[in-house]
Amino acid sequence: MAEMLYARDVYGKTLVELGKRSADVVVLDADLSGSTRTGIFLKEFPERFFNFGVAEQNMMATAAGLASCGKVVFVSTFAMFASGRAWDQVRNTICYSDFNVKIVATHAGITVGPDGASHQAVEDIALMRSIPNMKIIVPCDGPETREAVLTAFETNGPFYIRLGRSKVPTLEKRPSFKLGKGYILRDGSDVTLVACGLMIHEALKAQEALAKEKISARVISMPTIKPLDGDLLLEAAHETKGLVVCEEHSVIGGLTSSCAEFLSERYPTRILGIGVRNRFGQSGDEKSLLKEYKLTSDDIVASAKTLV
Amino acid sequence: MLDNKKIAELEEKAREIRVMIIKMLARAGSGHPGGSLSSADFLTCLYFSVMRHNPRDPNWPDRDRFHLSKGHCCPVFYSVLAEAGYFPKTELLNLRKFGAMLQGHPDRHTPGVDVCSGSLGQGLSVALGMSLAAKIDKKDYRVYCLMGDGEVQEGNIWEAAMAAAHYKCDNLCAILDYNGFQIDGRVADVMAIEPLADKWRAFGWYVIELDGHNMSAIYKALNTAKKIKEKPTILIAKTIKGKGVSFMENVVDFHGRSPSEEETQLALKELKGE
Repeated sequence: MAEMLYARDVYGKTLVELGKRSADVVVLDADLSGSTRTGIFLKEFPERFFNFGVAEQNMMATAAGLASCGKVVFVSTFAMFASGRAWDQVRNTICYSDFNVKIVATHAGITVGPDGASHQAVEDIALMRSIPNMKIIVPCDGPETREAVLTAFETNGPFYIRLGRSKVPTLEKRPSFKLGKGYILRDGSDVTLVACGLMIHEALKAQEALAKEKISARVISMPTIKPLDGDLLLEAAHETKGLVVCEEHSVIGGLTSSCAEFLSERYPTRILGIGVRNRFGQSGDEKSLLKEYKLTSDDIVASAKTLV
Repeated sequence: MLDNKKIAELEEKAREIRVMIIKMLARAGSGHPGGSLSSADFLTCLYFSVMRHNPRDPNWPDRDRFHLSKGHCCPVFYSVLAEAGYFPKTELLNLRKFGAMLQGHPDRHTPGVDVCSGSLGQGLSVALGMSLAAKIDKKDYRVYCLMGDGEVQEGNIWEAAMAAAHYKCDNLCAILDYNGFQIDGRVADVMAIEPLADKWRAFGWYVIELDGHNMSAIYKALNTAKKIKEKPTILIAKTIKGKGVSFMENVVDFHGRSPSEEETQLALKELKGE
C-alpha cells in the first residue's frame, strides 16, 4: 500500500525548511492557517507570519509590497478565494510587477467535498493561467508538493501552486520535479493519458485497465501547467492516436485547454477532456463526487477507447 | 519648522511641477490633470523636504518608500521624480506614447516606481507590505502612500486600514487627497464617504486634517506623523481639484481630460504669472 499524505502537511513542513534556509521567507494567510497548514510556519517563525483575517484582497496586495522590499512571500488560502476573490490584486499588483509572490492554494477542486459548490474551485487554473508572468504547478502527491514549493522559492516571479484537501497516495518511482517538464510514467503506443494532481492516480488505474484490454496507454504526468511541456505533448501526438487529458478542474481553461491550444497550432490531434463540464460542484463524499463528475478511471478508459 | 525661504523654495518647485504636469498632459493628449494638480503641493513637500531618498540610487534599501495608490495621477509623480533627477525631464513629453518609458499608469520600469499601480484600492495594502518588511528587517525607513478620495470607496482600502492598525504600523503614513471630485461628479453625490476622519479614527488611525495647499502645514503634519507611535497616521488633505489653473479648479471635466492647445496656453500663462 502506498504512503498516504496530505499535500498541505508537506507544504507547511516545507515552509519551515525554507524559513530556516532564508530570512527573506515571509508567510501570509487569511484566517485559514490551520487548514492550509501555514500554521506550522507560524509556530517556528512568528515574526515572519502575518494573518490578515478574512480579507484576501488586502493579503495579496500586501504580499506585493513585501516582495518589493526583497521578501519571498508565500500566500495561502483556499483556491476559491486565492484565485477568484483577489484576482485583480494578483494580476495588477503581483504579476504585472513580476514579484516573488508564491500563491499556494489549498482545497482546490470538487474533492473539497461536503462544503459544496461555493468552496469547490474548478475555475482557478483558468483564472491564473491567463495572467502573464504567472507560473502554475499542480503537484500529484506529497513529495512532489515539496519539490514544487522549493522550485517556486528558487525561481523568480509569481507562482500558483494548487493543492487539494484530501490525502493522496505517494507515487512510487516518480522522476524528480523540474519546472516546465512532464514525465512519462508508463510508456504506451495506442493512446496518451495526460494528467495532473490527483487525476494522475486515476490515469494510472486506467492504464492498467486498458492494458487488460490490449490497449497500450502512455501516461504523462504534467505537474507544470504553465509553462507547458510542449515537446512531450508533440511526441505523444505523433506517436499515439490521441490524448485524454485528465484534471480535477473545468475543461474550460485548464490543462485540457492548455494542451489543445498548444497542439492545435503545432500538430492538430484529437484531445478528449476528463474534467468538470461547465457545472458547479455540490456537497458529498469524494468518491461519489468523482463518479458524478465523471472523473474516475472508468471514465478515462471509456474516453481512451474511443480514440483507438 | 521650515523657514520662510525654504517654504518659498518649495512653493516655487510646486509651481514648476504644475507647469510640467500641464505640458506633459497637453503633449500626451489624454490623462488626468485634476488630481495631479491637487496633489502637487504635498508631493513636492514629501520629495524635497521630508523623504530620505537618493535619485542616483533608486533601489537604496534604506530609502523611504512612496507608493502612488491613485495611479492615474502619475503626471504629478513623474514630474516630481524627473525634477528630483530620477530620469531626464525630456521623458515627460513622451508620456502615454507607444514605446515610452512613462506609461499611462505607473509601471515598475520607471526609476523611482517600486510597484505598479492603476487599479484603485490596492495601494494602501502595498504600502502596508513595505511597512511590515521594514519591521521584519528592523529598518527605520518610512512608507508614504497617496490615495484619492473617490478611491476610499474601494473595500480593499478598509481591509488595509484594519490590518495596518492591527499590526501597529507607525512607520506608515497615508495621505488622502480630499479634492471632493471623482469621474462621475462630486464624491458626496456619487457615493458619500463622510464622516471621513471619524471612519479612520474608528479603524485605529491617527488622523491629521489639514489644508493640502499650505506648504508649512503639510511639512508640519508629515513631521508630526513621524512621532506618532503604535498606530499608522493618515493626513486628510483638503485640496482643490485642478489647483493652480483657474478654469480647471473644481471642474469635474478635468478629472480625466487633457487640455486643448488654447487651454494649455492659458494654463501656462496663469502658472507662470505672465
